[in-house]
Amino acid sequence: MTDPALSGDTTSATVRDTPVAGSAAQSRSSADETRPRQRARRKHRGAAVIWAVLAWLAALVFFFPVLWMVLTAFKYERAAYTDPPTLWFSPTLEQFQAVLASGVGTTLLNSAFATLVSTTCVLVLGIPAAFALSLRPVKKTKDVLFFFLSTKMLPIVAVIVPLYVIVNRIGLLDNIWTLIILYTGMNLPIAIWMMRSFFLEVPAELLEAASMDGASLWTAVRRVILPLVSPGIAATALICVIFSWNEFFFAVNLTAVRAQTAPVSLVGFITGEGLFWARLSAASTLAALPVVIAGWVAQNKLVRGLSFGAIK
Amino acid sequence: MRKSLRIYASLVAVACLALSGCAGAGALGSSAAKTVTIAMVSNPQMQDAIKLASHFEERHPGIDLKFVSLSENEARAKITVSTAMQSGQFDVVMVSNYETRMWAENGWLRDLSGYAANTPGYDVGDFVPSIRESLSYRGDMYSMPFYGESSFLMYRKDLFRKAGITMPEHPTWQQITSYAKKLHEPGNHVGICLRGKPGWGEVLAPLDTVINTFGGRWYDENWNARLDSPAVKRAVGFYVNLVRKYGEPSAATTGFAECGTQFSQGNAAMWYDATSAVSIVENPKSSRVADEVGYVAAPTVKTEHSNWLYTWSLGIPTASDNPDAAWEFISWVTSKDYIKLVGRKLGWSRVPPGSRMSTYEIPQYRKVSEDYAALTLQALRRADPENPTVKPVPYSGAQFLQIPEFQDLGTRVSQQISAAIAGKKSVAAALEQAQQYAEAVGKTYQEQP
Amino acid sequence: MTKHSTLSRAEGWRRRAPLLPALLFTILVTQVPFLLTVYYSTHSWNLVRPGSWEFVGLQNYLYVFRDSQFREVAMNTVILIVGTVLISALLGLGLALLLNRSFRGRGVVRTLLITPFLITPVAGALLWKTAMFDPVFGIVNFVLQPFGVGNFAWVSQFPLATVMVDLIWRWTPFMMLLILAGLQSMPEDVLEAGRVDGAGPIALFRELTLPHLRRFIELGVVLGAIYLVNTFGAIYMMTSGGPGVESANLPFYIYQRAFLGFEVGQAAAMGVVTVAATIVIAMLALRLIFKSFMGAQEAA
Repeated sequence: MTDPALSGDTTSATVRDTPVAGSAAQSRSSADETRPRQRARRKHRGAAVIWAVLAWLAALVFFFPVLWMVLTAFKYERAAYTDPPTLWFSPTLEQFQAVLASGVGTTLLNSAFATLVSTTCVLVLGIPAAFALSLRPVKKTKDVLFFFLSTKMLPIVAVIVPLYVIVNRIGLLDNIWTLIILYTGMNLPIAIWMMRSFFLEVPAELLEAASMDGASLWTAVRRVILPLVSPGIAATALICVIFSWNEFFFAVNLTAVRAQTAPVSLVGFITGEGLFWARLSAASTLAALPVVIAGWVAQNKLVRGLSFGAIK
Repeated sequence: MRKSLRIYASLVAVACLALSGCAGAGALGSSAAKTVTIAMVSNPQMQDAIKLASHFEERHPGIDLKFVSLSENEARAKITVSTAMQSGQFDVVMVSNYETRMWAENGWLRDLSGYAANTPGYDVGDFVPSIRESLSYRGDMYSMPFYGESSFLMYRKDLFRKAGITMPEHPTWQQITSYAKKLHEPGNHVGICLRGKPGWGEVLAPLDTVINTFGGRWYDENWNARLDSPAVKRAVGFYVNLVRKYGEPSAATTGFAECGTQFSQGNAAMWYDATSAVSIVENPKSSRVADEVGYVAAPTVKTEHSNWLYTWSLGIPTASDNPDAAWEFISWVTSKDYIKLVGRKLGWSRVPPGSRMSTYEIPQYRKVSEDYAALTLQALRRADPENPTVKPVPYSGAQFLQIPEFQDLGTRVSQQISAAIAGKKSVAAALEQAQQYAEAVGKTYQEQP
Repeated sequence: MTKHSTLSRAEGWRRRAPLLPALLFTILVTQVPFLLTVYYSTHSWNLVRPGSWEFVGLQNYLYVFRDSQFREVAMNTVILIVGTVLISALLGLGLALLLNRSFRGRGVVRTLLITPFLITPVAGALLWKTAMFDPVFGIVNFVLQPFGVGNFAWVSQFPLATVMVDLIWRWTPFMMLLILAGLQSMPEDVLEAGRVDGAGPIALFRELTLPHLRRFIELGVVLGAIYLVNTFGAIYMMTSGGPGVESANLPFYIYQRAFLGFEVGQAAAMGVVTVAATIVIAMLALRLIFKSFMGAQEAA
């Protein structure tokens, strides 16, 4: 919807940079080239088939482990761990029933809540910040950006003990809001960084023009800027969702019962008595499913958002 | 422009309010009932307890049970940190005979003797004596055993029959080596499965009993580290050699659970491990060899017996807000009635073993456990954590040392052993490094008056 | 004069206002705990020995620098990050090129390819350890059987490499997505012009495509490295850092010091050293990257 003409600018920049493109304007008569071109096209088609096969192969190799996990989730425990691996088996829903009965539902809800609220917080805090670092830049923009990114470099393990002490002191251990605050802090730097590059895509004149018309800054931002950058915001949100849903370290150390999230609940399926691989597969499948589906559905947004952001 | 600021400021304010407002409420939904939060290790017996919890809640409508079950390492880290920091996060914690005494001494656990005495029919005298002793500090019990285990040797009767070998009732490690050699058929099954995974609760448990029975010790009476002594070198060399030559592939990442899978899938002829392993190998749902498993005492060399002693037990941290409700749960789940409940509802083979003598009197249980019950009880009784090896030691514990540094020391030493099992290091080099770690810890005890 | 400066100050604050909540929040959440870490690092504190709290100055740091395992683990961390990022970027580039042509089922192929990036890391690591690399029951050995590989124990023989396989499997799709985005933003007429100019496909790729993709690849490398610094779940699930500390990285090692050794002071000192080292390396790397990003932005 917002395929902006702006990128044309960068395009020409790229062209100018590259030595080969110098004589692009010259065009030649193509009459005597028709025949070799056809041959080339046929050869091309052969090559295209090979490339397609290669792509399919790669996709299957990458997807196979996931497929195997899902298949295993429908097996009985005895069929899950065999040598050679069992491909044909009578499927059962026993594992899923067992997993659901063990209260995975609550952990999925916790994960969903922490993910959605923290992502909302990231957007609420991050959009204005990205704005202030791009369209109406503050002084020392570079330093601020650097600071945000450097916090991302901080290995979180370095702060886990103090965090535990603080959270314990204020009585927020095993509380979902602790995770929400930490996930917001964890995703905010990257989100600001990403969204800033989307904002930079917007020509400053657009904002000026809208302000000129007497619209307040807020209205101008909402009416003009936000629609333009919305694919980027969606991509950012998706990235935040993926990382908060899958987060393990904070969750495993700071939650126990009430605020346990889905990835941590998987650890509980590793019992001292063996791996129960089929049951674990069922639990893994359930834990991974929401984000996988979200990612599948929104993959176009993701590609577009990422490219939109990286051009600049 | 000012308007935009105001809108934005109010947005932030709302967000903050939401944060702080809901923070107090914690998780969604809460009831008037008292909540007892229980942290446990996700072993099958505990999973059964979770399944049966509704029976408890029916009889105690005022108490709401919440369980967190985690894998052993995770549970241990979490429980230790939350107890040491007095977080009050858990009302009941699952600990073992490793922690109980030390934590009792630190004042982190409640004395449960008074509670037990005031609970009719609870019968502390019924607990297996060695287990009860290992959970007592100055004569009082600070945690109640949920189940107890020792060690023994499991073997495949069918494979031994085929090879024409008779397993003696009290084998020596030399005999075991020769059997392992004979029965080692890579591709079909290995000679013996032994833990090699790093972790003081993993490879060190069987290895320490081997060290003990070879006459080795971690420290002498004056806290001089002795991991470089000839006896320890012989013992570790023996263990590493055995598992490398006739043991499972990938031994350095194989622990109790992995050995359980290997053995019950028919991929090993012998397995030296915990008595609680019966719940894996005897379970026809997960085991392909359930009918063919024989049991004998833990192999020895210089000592008469070589058993470890371990128990998962339940205690109440002093920081817990409702110890009375917590005791209600503990006294239920470690009672004689609970054992019968498990037998009736889930099957007698799933009864938590090794905690109470009376368990071994129940006819139905005797019937399902006739192959191993007597041996388990015997092993539990013979385990002597105070005198684990030939020579005297300044610590107590058979497969661990009951000092707070051991979790760390044991883990580091176990990593060295694991590296030797993987063939990345010689036994001598691994023990040299281990000796250094042990010396550093020993020094802190020598400095104490 | 005064009026002018107050005006600009007001304007300055108006510009700063939208930034402040995010800035304050980030400072509060990340810097306060870190200051506490620095404070702890000057104390001896063993959680399981009550009364062990004591000021020891820089003794913990001395211990860290004398600890040969710490150095080994630091090296592992570098190998893990650099290896994973480079291999993922290369594979991602290859896959993106494959996907940049239209063929039957391209959408499906892309969907399948991005899945590893979406799978919960804990589940992914378990999957590789148990279903793929298990010496007896694993798929990898099953597939390699015809080539004479028996019950090879991948995870214990090559612990760091197997962890990296899991990470590469996860991050290649991410790199692919980014690079694919770059390819798709590449104007066709430029390529056409190059083609008309008589450039072969390899020359086209080297002279036109690659320079255009540079920023996308750099972005992927930076983002990948940032997340890989904190790798924890994969190691925790697959190898527990072993055998020895052969597959432990700094986060895992520090976690062990804190939650297994309960040596909070030492763990804090290790954390501080790690943060310092990371920031120095990151600054150098970022300057490079930033030059290309900021440079482009300022030029535009």
